[in-house]
Amino acid sequence: MTSLKLTLAAATLIGLSACDSNSSIGGSERGGSGAGGISQSALDPASIAYFNESIGDTVLFLVDQSTLTPEATDLLDRQAAWLLDNPKNSMTIEGHADEQGTREYNLALGARRAASVQNYLVSRGLTDARIRTVTFGKERPLAVCSDEACWSKNRRSIILVTGGLGS
Amino acid sequence: MNKLIKTIMIAAAGLVITNAPIIAQSKALRIEINQGVIEPMPIAAPKFVAAGTGSNEYAEQITSVIVADLAGSGLFREIPASAHISGINNFDAPVQFADWKAINAQALITGSVNVSGDNLTVQFRLFDVFAQSSLGDGLQFQASKSSWRRMAHKVADAIYVRLTGESAYFDSRIAYISEKGPKNARRKQLAIMDYDGANSRFLTDDNNIILAPRFSPNNKEIVYTSYKSGSPKVYLMNVDTLDQRVLDDQPGMTFAPRFSPDGSQVVLSLTEEGNTDIYLINLKSGGKTRLTSGTSIETAPSFSPDGQQIVFESDRGGKQQIYVMPALGGTAKRISFGKGSYGTPVWSPRGDMIAFTKINKGRFHIGVMRLDGSNERLLTASFLDEGPTWSPNGRVIMFFRETAGASGAPAIYSVDVTGRNLKRVNTPSFGSDPAWSGLLK
Repeated sequence: MTSLKLTLAAATLIGLSACDSNSSIGGSERGGSGAGGISQSALDPASIAYFNESIGDTVLFLVDQSTLTPEATDLLDRQAAWLLDNPKNSMTIEGHADEQGTREYNLALGARRAASVQNYLVSRGLTDARIRTVTFGKERPLAVCSDEACWSKNRRSIILVTGGLGS
Repeated sequence: MNKLIKTIMIAAAGLVITNAPIIAQSKALRIEINQGVIEPMPIAAPKFVAAGTGSNEYAEQITSVIVADLAGSGLFREIPASAHISGINNFDAPVQFADWKAINAQALITGSVNVSGDNLTVQFRLFDVFAQSSLGDGLQFQASKSSWRRMAHKVADAIYVRLTGESAYFDSRIAYISEKGPKNARRKQLAIMDYDGANSRFLTDDNNIILAPRFSPNNKEIVYTSYKSGSPKVYLMNVDTLDQRVLDDQPGMTFAPRFSPDGSQVVLSLTEEGNTDIYLINLKSGGKTRLTSGTSIETAPSFSPDGQQIVFESDRGGKQQIYVMPALGGTAKRISFGKGSYGTPVWSPRGDMIAFTKINKGRFHIGVMRLDGSNERLLTASFLDEGPTWSPNGRVIMFFRETAGASGAPAIYSVDVTGRNLKRVNTPSFGSDPAWSGLLK
């Protein structure tokens, strides 16, 4: 059952990321565990929905790379600051690859990407115990076309903030 | 004549062969398989003679499966019944060779199908039409009616072996991943089917992502990767009982498993802290031996048939390439040197070739090369061809091909090792990650 929940959570977040940023109200509702309910006001800055939408949960990578780009480290700095401010949350870092690779290699590449994000967050002061990593290889693309427009979105790492630590 | 028929029983426990006197082998008819263009050998296989209530339908279906196997190999061409001058109405009557010669049939297959209660008996003989002689003994197979397809495959295998000199492959199975649903939320489940796509059935549900099954050497177990625990882990399943257990219940993600040829170990990839290396798991003790180290990706290991070496892929040189190392680990030698990158190496059951996936200029190919990387031959090309698996006799390769775009989906294909006879294997829904079993017993 745990794994089923996790999959659902992942699917929800993928859905969110795929939305335009102005769809955040609907998004926060579907996010569930965060602000809760439909609200006209700004999201609670301590909510997971705020993290997902206002900070951003997705880091992108270049082809066949797990090195963090300057854009990625900028985002991760902001993520780290939020995560340090909200120490009760634990997180799962997913690593993904585009479809232009073999299955096993992409699993290994996704693991590298997730670890790359994890290492960076740890270097910014997060404790390892809060972070779990998982690779999805090319199994769960975000965008489904078969050209660079989609592939660039699929070479990603997603941080799933999964609620209170020890709750 | 009947005493010249060997009896083979397909029983639940296995195969029983009763030996009978052997006719002197005729040396004549033999199809030569090489890399040149071949003309399929014309064969005639008139509907097997039916005996017993309800046997007619079995005779029809068994004959058609035999013909489909042989013609499907690309090495034989059936002369349709409409062109036959005479039929075979009595399995034991002398063959009118002139009638078969007149339609240019080089080989003639005759047979009978006998239903008795729940049991089915299939007999066949193979003739060299031009030499007017039989090719080997007649054979007889007995089993329950439900095994009629396997009996047909056994007959086709026996014919294939006699006419090609190669070993058999029709009576075998494919484990694969059955897929459905949209590309960004694909549902996957482990399935098994006959080599020709018949009798497909599921071995798992579709609640978790499941990847890349591989058969044990005795075909009784399958190792595969499942996300059941939330992250990829290798599981071992008994094909009959469907009992399953995780192979290495420790931290870290595991995937890309394959059995050692003696079935006692599984070689796989284990990822810890983002680094993927190759390990051996001893199935009895659960002990784990690390075979590679370093920060590069090492994955997709496959044993040589003698168990002495392992071929795998690594990006230690900067790009995904194929390497061979001793089965106990140690110095690895790179064997792929062509343009592009290479992955998913699989050692041929004959031991003389490596099949692989090659990615070059955005195109995917299935190819084969010798053990030292020479004689590279690309057999296919498409948007995405991946994951070769060898037929038990090393003559045919199955793989999956994924189409491009938002509605892109995978399907299973087979291709002769010469690059001829590319064709799709029908599965009830999308199919990927095929794994060919050994020949069934």
